[in-house]
Amino acid sequence: MTTISGPVYVLGDNIDTDQIIPAEYLNLVPTIPDEYKKLGSYALVGLPLKPGDQPFVMPGETTTAFKILVAGKNFGCGSSREHAPIALGAAGAEAVVAESFARIFFRNCVATGELYPVETPARLVDGFRTGDEAVLDLEASTITNRRTGAVHELRPLGDAGPVIAAGGLFAYARKTGMIAAPAEA
Amino acid sequence: MSGMTMTEKILARAAGKAAVEPGDNVWVKADVLMTHDVCGPGTIGIFKREFGKNARVWDRDGVVLIPDHYIFTKDEKAHRNVDILREFAGEQGLPHLYDVGTPRYKGVCHIALAEEGHTRPGEVLFGTDSHTCTAGAFNEFATGIGNTDAAFVMGTGKLLIKVPPTMRFVFDGELPPYVLAKDLILQIIGDIGVDGGTYRAMEFAGDAVMRLTMEERMTLANMVIEGGGKNGIIACDDTTREYVKARTRKPFTEVTNDAGARFFVDRRYDARKLEPVVAKPHSPDNRALARELETVKLTRAYIGSCTGGKITDFVNAARILKGRRVAVDTFLVPSTTEVSTGLRTHTIDGRPLLDIFKDAGCQISIDASCAACLGGPRDTFGRINGPEVCISTTNRNFPGRMGSKEGQVYLASPYTVAASAVTGHITDPRELLQ
Repeated sequence: MTTISGPVYVLGDNIDTDQIIPAEYLNLVPTIPDEYKKLGSYALVGLPLKPGDQPFVMPGETTTAFKILVAGKNFGCGSSREHAPIALGAAGAEAVVAESFARIFFRNCVATGELYPVETPARLVDGFRTGDEAVLDLEASTITNRRTGAVHELRPLGDAGPVIAAGGLFAYARKTGMIAAPAEA
Repeated sequence: MSGMTMTEKILARAAGKAAVEPGDNVWVKADVLMTHDVCGPGTIGIFKREFGKNARVWDRDGVVLIPDHYIFTKDEKAHRNVDILREFAGEQGLPHLYDVGTPRYKGVCHIALAEEGHTRPGEVLFGTDSHTCTAGAFNEFATGIGNTDAAFVMGTGKLLIKVPPTMRFVFDGELPPYVLAKDLILQIIGDIGVDGGTYRAMEFAGDAVMRLTMEERMTLANMVIEGGGKNGIIACDDTTREYVKARTRKPFTEVTNDAGARFFVDRRYDARKLEPVVAKPHSPDNRALARELETVKLTRAYIGSCTGGKITDFVNAARILKGRRVAVDTFLVPSTTEVSTGLRTHTIDGRPLLDIFKDAGCQISIDASCAACLGGPRDTFGRINGPEVCISTTNRNFPGRMGSKEGQVYLASPYTVAASAVTGHITDPRELLQ
């Protein structure tokens, strides 16, 4: 799967991990399936909303309608909590397109395989509105805004892409023979 | 080949290579893996899923478990999470569990690691917490990682690391008596921005830095992550050796910058010209001078956390609060049980800190933990549950960081927080320091 199509959710600069998943929900353990789902229902609940702003996950829902996030600089700054990419992934998001990422968040996206963190050389947050339909082509490294018709070049994911596609660090390492299958659990 | 920086030398040694350069991807051996109650259970879950239920950790002595985040709460899941750490330590025979409800309980992991001798020059420390960079004060490579990477380290003792270029920040001269390490790091973050150190090591140097106590150096390294940095690092000297040797008998190998070491940035500050600074809501790089913010009225003050809850931080706060009363609700949370004890044993003019704070009208928790620095469960001591305006010695002022999204958090040094608690508005501590 090299394209992701769907509505986008637009965010600003420095979206930190407390906004992505507030600390009060860090009592949830991502490897416990029920709690993984719950983390998704709280994705971006820490984001301050202005009147009329649509929440990322609608009240009462456990998943989001938005498959792609479009953000500014330094997305995912703050904590090393892996709960952050997991919450977005568990909610149903598949990619974040941002001008830059905080280092640990980027690494956690790849390690978990939850989310494609794609860098854009141009600032896209003004060219997209929340709800715009977009097509993210990971092979061509472009994102197309279907409302405006604009096609934007993105930075290639490089070696991170196949790791995420495989389902994260361990799945990739096993698939490529870097590590053996686990002892039977 | 030119020389290497301290960070490069530690990573080269841990990778078994003669030399590395910034940008190299190398497999490094971990000396210590630290995890806590918030990320430990998930890490353990991945470890078991990936390595098998009968898997053993790579080195029992290398794994340090420090529950510290959600301890003094009625939240059942929080207690369940500590139980997971406890069971894992039992099953694996791990000697370094600082368990809740026992005399070994410590509190905030980054301070506990240092106090218990787990921070040693020349080593590689990974932790499932972004403020793991604190330990860079001890001349080691220390960085925060996620659960998946931590599970990998747990099983293999190794991690793939990209060697970061080093940004060096040199503070020449003597610091004014009213300027603390927190002012230095907020100054730097204000200059480089919250992403200015992304993918980079941040080194702190100069005579002003080398005159700082270990705890003040930890404050510097602690907030490297707020500048986006990968790790902080400081040279080793007698101050470092004395602190480490008092807490561990393990041998260690110090590192120094080579003569030809190259720096991505080499920025110099005249320490004598620095002033108390504050980071305004809602970003740690939103810097202003404390004296420029005197019109900001406060409803609350908070002293605690890995950044500002060490015994030095409380001594500094007490210097200002002694003989005075706070004008706003002022919450004090010791980072560790050692600090908690220190509130009784450290004195100013013969008066214990605890009594100074009680006389001043502060609300003091004797329970050491991360507490309200990151909000936490609703019943967390000092948590912001409404439109409070808080000045705090902690590390982050993102929206909702200390609880409610309606809250506003100003970050400052223990001097500035204590002075502001007395007046009820943001106050330059020069006015109150005798």
